[in-house]
This record gives sequence, C-alpha cells and structure tokens, in this order.
Amino acid sequence: MVEPNSDLRRVETDILVIGAGGAGMYAALAAAEAGVDVMLVDQSLVGRGGATIMAQMTVAAALGEAEPDDWRLHYADTLKAGRGLCDPALAELLCREAPVRIREMDDWKVGWARTDKGISQVMAPGHSRQRCCYVDVLNTGPAVAACLRKQVARENRIRRVSNLIVTDLLTDAEGCAGAFGFLMGEGQPVAISARAVIIAAGGLTKLYRRNSASANMGGHSYYLALQAGAELLDMEFVQFFPIGHLAPRLVGMDPIMWDPFRYKLGGRLLNGKGEEFISRYDGGSNTEGYTTTRDLTTFAILSEVAAGRGTPHGGAWLSFRHIPEADLLAAFGPVIDKLRKNGIDLATMDVEVSPIAHYHMGGIRVNTSMQTAVPGLYAAGEAVGGANGANRLSGNAIPEAFVFGWVAGHEAAQRMAVAQHRALPQAALNAALDCYHSRLQPPKAERDVIGTLEAELPGLMWDKVGPFRNAADLTAAIARLRAMQAELAQASVGTGAIFNMQLQSWYDLRAALRTAEAIAMAALQRQESRGAHQRDDYPAMDDAWRRNIAIASRNDALQLEALPILAETV
Amino acid sequence: MNSGNAELAETILQIRRGTEADAPQYQDFTLRYEDGTSVLDALMRLRREQDSSLAFRYACISANVCKECVILVDGEKQYACTTRLKPGRMVLEPLPGKPLLRDLVTDTVPPKEKL
Repeated sequence: MVEPNSDLRRVETDILVIGAGGAGMYAALAAAEAGVDVMLVDQSLVGRGGATIMAQMTVAAALGEAEPDDWRLHYADTLKAGRGLCDPALAELLCREAPVRIREMDDWKVGWARTDKGISQVMAPGHSRQRCCYVDVLNTGPAVAACLRKQVARENRIRRVSNLIVTDLLTDAEGCAGAFGFLMGEGQPVAISARAVIIAAGGLTKLYRRNSASANMGGHSYYLALQAGAELLDMEFVQFFPIGHLAPRLVGMDPIMWDPFRYKLGGRLLNGKGEEFISRYDGGSNTEGYTTTRDLTTFAILSEVAAGRGTPHGGAWLSFRHIPEADLLAAFGPVIDKLRKNGIDLATMDVEVSPIAHYHMGGIRVNTSMQTAVPGLYAAGEAVGGANGANRLSGNAIPEAFVFGWVAGHEAAQRMAVAQHRALPQAALNAALDCYHSRLQPPKAERDVIGTLEAELPGLMWDKVGPFRNAADLTAAIARLRAMQAELAQASVGTGAIFNMQLQSWYDLRAALRTAEAIAMAALQRQESRGAHQRDDYPAMDDAWRRNIAIASRNDALQLEALPILAETV
Repeated sequence: MNSGNAELAETILQIRRGTEADAPQYQDFTLRYEDGTSVLDALMRLRREQDSSLAFRYACISANVCKECVILVDGEKQYACTTRLKPGRMVLEPLPGKPLLRDLVTDTVPPKEKL
C-alpha cells in the first residue's frame, strides 16, 4: 500500500489558471494587472500547447481599418452563423471587446499585417465586412502565442508551470478551493490551493479520427467542470472544418492550412468525378466561390462522399491547377517549398481534403463575468460554451480566447475581496489521491487497456457521433462509451510515475470518454439538424428545438435539460 | 531497398527505453512501412497498437510549431514530426546532454517553468 499524502506537494496561489494558450495567458495577464498572484499551468509547455499556437487563420474584430465596420455588424453576423442558438450576451461581449484586445496586441507588437490604410483586414466566410486580420501567411497563431508568452514572462506575479497535469478540481459546498494534479517530469502529485480557478484548456477535437487537434485538446476542461458541479452547454455542436488536408500525407504543417489559399486564389472544390458541387447544396449562393459557411461546406463534401462521388481517401479534390504558376508562387511564397518536401506540386496535381473536427462551439456554461455556477470557478476561451451557438464564424476563436480570457482574469481578481484561502476539502483531496495511487499499482489486465481504448475512441466518435448522426448510432455509441468508462475505471498503469504517459493517458481517457458521452447524449436529444449538428433521421431545422441543451453531472450520471433561448441584447 | 517494394517493406524502430536509473537498453519495434509516414506518426501508432507505455514528447501533432518532439534519429537531432519514416532500421534516442526522464523524453522544461 502506498501511504496517502506520502509524497504530495502542496502549493498556494491566488488564482490558478489551467491551460496556457491564448485564453489562459490573457487571463493570467488580466489578473496580474489587477495586482493578484497567478499560477499558470499547462500540461505541455506554457504558451506552446493548446489551440492558439495552431491557428493559421485570421482573427475577426470590427476595427474598421479596411472599410467602415461596427461591432454590432460583427455581432449580427455571429448570431446569424450561430443558427439562432448563440448566447447573445456572450456574443456581444466577444464582438464588442475584440477590437480592444486586437489593438492591445498591436501595442504589444504582435505584428498584424498592415496595408497603407492600417491593419490589413480581409473577408472571410460569413462576415459582412472585411474584418479579419492576420500576422503573416500561416503564422498568426505562432506569432500570437509568442507575443503573449513574452508578456507573461515579463510579469512577476505570474508563476508559470509546464508539464503539470490537473486531474481534479477540489470543491465542496462552498465552491472551488483548488485543484489536484501531478508533475509529469517529477512524477509527483500536487495539491494547489487557490482563491479562484479559471479553466482555459478548451477543445475536444482529439476525440475524432480526422482532426486538427494538438495533443491536449481531449476534453479536459469539460470533464473538470462537470466533476466540479458546473454545467455544460451546446455539447452536440462540434465544428468540422470543411477542407482539412486528407492526402497525400502532409507533415510539418497544420491540416487546415489550405483555407487562406483557397480564398486568395480561388481554389476549386471538386468531387471524385471532377465536378464542382457546392452550388448543389447552398442554393447557388456560392457563385463567388468562397462565401458558404463551414457547416454547409462540410455537409456538401460528406454528401458527395456518401453518394459515391468522393475521392480515393473519402474526401473532395482541392484544385489550384487552373491558376498560373507565377500566381501560385506569389501567393504561397515559401510554403511552396514545404509542400514540395511533402511531394505536393500544385501546378500539376490536386490534393484531397475532407471535413475534420476543428473547434467546439459547446462548453462550460458561464455568465458574462465568465463565472460558472460553482463559486470560485471560471472558464475562458474555447472551454466556454454559448458565444457561437450552432456554428462558429471563421475568425471568432482567437478573439474569443483574448476577450473571455481577459474578462475571466479580471473578474476572478475581483473575487479576492471576498474569497480567502481555506483548507482544501479533505474528502475531495483524498478521493483524488486515492485514484492517483490506485493507477500506479501493477496492471491486472494482460492486454494493453489504455492503448486499446485510445485506439478505439476516435473511430467510434467519427463513425457514430461525427458530422452525420442518427438515433441508432448515437444510442450504440453511448452504450459503448459507458462500457469503456467502466473498463477504464478498473485499469491501472504501473511502471513508475516519472513521465508516465500511460498515467497521463488514463486521465486523458477519463476526461475524453465522459466528454464524448456528453456530446453523444446531447446529439441524441436534439431531434433536428442545425448548424454543425446534422441528423440523418431529422434532416430539417425545427423551431421547437430553438433551445440550448445544458448538461450536469448528478450522482455520476449526466442529466440533460433543454433551456429556452436567451433574448438578443442589441 | 528500392521504392518498388516499399509498400511491402517494414521499418524496425530501435528505441532507447527506460529511465536514467536503468541500464541503457534498446527495444526493437517492427511496423509496416507506409509512404509519407513521419517518425511521430509511427511513434503514436506504436503507442496505440503495440505498447502504450512508450514515452516521447509532442504537443502540436505534426504542425511543427510546438518544437517539443526533438529527438535523435540515427544520431542526428531531428523533429520527429517532420522526419519521414524509412524502410529498414532507424535508431531513435533521447537528446544527449539533457537529464533523461523516460524512453525518448528528456527534461527540456525551462527552469523558470518548473514548480
């Protein structure tokens, strides 16, 4: 027997921020600016993991630099794309504050691309104005992450901790008092006492076979929130990015890299027979080539594949062969060389693209102060549900990270006036420690349970809880996900605690399987097709379903509730 | 090996296993060779299909932005995500000159980012 608490390390901070991508770093900066001490932790390296650094696309903000614009227009576009399900107050906050944060980043010399009019702003699908800024071809995310890392490193109130896996929030009737986790490199369990906790480790696209995820986008935020007693919202709405790279194998590049080039050059989407097909699905409104929203394009490509008109790997062709080679070179610049290294010559060949899981519209239910229903617990960035409804506009993810991050940090800092440090809830801490030590017992099963479950989950989600859904598949998926959770609960990993990736995988799977169950249950309940949620058995949008589905965990079972829609704020 | 039979070819990844406390040891893993596969793809496949205890660093998964997946491939410092698998034998080892944590993982966390 391992003696409980034997090697437990205890630390204290004012605000614990879980996840150090754009939202987490912004939350830490806002809290530090308010004079509060912050511990900013990430399971990868601070500022290098998560979704922000992966962003190769554009950032939407009504700056009005390319043409007159107003945040109310951005707000209207966001609500329209959200198919009637946005939380209007969150959407308003996102659109109203985005210009403030984008200009702040400009002051911090992130390097937004400029024209002679000012910050360069371009059109993107679903936007009514030229509104989307960027740093450089394919470099927006890395530049944004580097800029924020620099700001964070400068701030001595922010303590950065890399390779710390937070596994449990420690709560009692009074609210959230901190968290339990472990240090990968040291193999040591840690209890963190905090006066407020911000969950900023959003994203769950790793649950799907085809995805644009980084390693830590496996649903941790949603699991932590549920276990702490907070609610989730809109979990059925997983955004599939329509033209993710499918084949030939492309390494050293983000699979969503094609979009800006398609926009810039007018890349053609063709089915397996070489025919253009988008106009068959969007009522012909796509004559300009690049105005169709993401959910419609996804639907169109997968419908062609289902009808037997897909490409060899099950997607669509993206073709630039009609573009003069000089124009290709000018637009792609150094990217041409990267593509050549991958054996791709766009002048002579098409590439295969397919919808891939890219972003999660759903998430933790918060108010406009980013507070959950659990006192002391906040959320930020992609972890938050509601701002984007049933479908997210291109360019809204990064401002969401900045704006919600800043608000969460600022609001959590205000809580310091009323919240003192208190003893960590002993029952919750003991349960977390027991679970941790149980995992490090020698495995009972002969076969590799962790590897088997990790291999099965993405296929199960893609096939049964993917872009097209039906009651039979969803019901089967829910049953299987519950059986997998039962199997996982019995599994241990052994072989020592230092950088034990099986131990990490066990906790990843615990979060992923519960999150997957939440998605599948909400998808089964929503008997209609809307935005990113498409049901074969309910193909039409149904006004009766203009509701948000909230999910809570009660006595370890997920409970769903359909909520009336919130009124528009503007 | 010529490319004509590459589709039937195998790759043997000879991987340094264990922690600093263990005597240096190598384990061979045999995989079906697939054109275009990266070393990181292969390592991730090994964890799913053969041994989930195999430890290596990665975060962004093949976008080459996190820069975490540096290891020695046949004695040279390489990103696992941008290095292609080859038919035949490849030797994978942790970075030299850094404390070894486990298998291919060394302690690359900056001192200011430790608890």
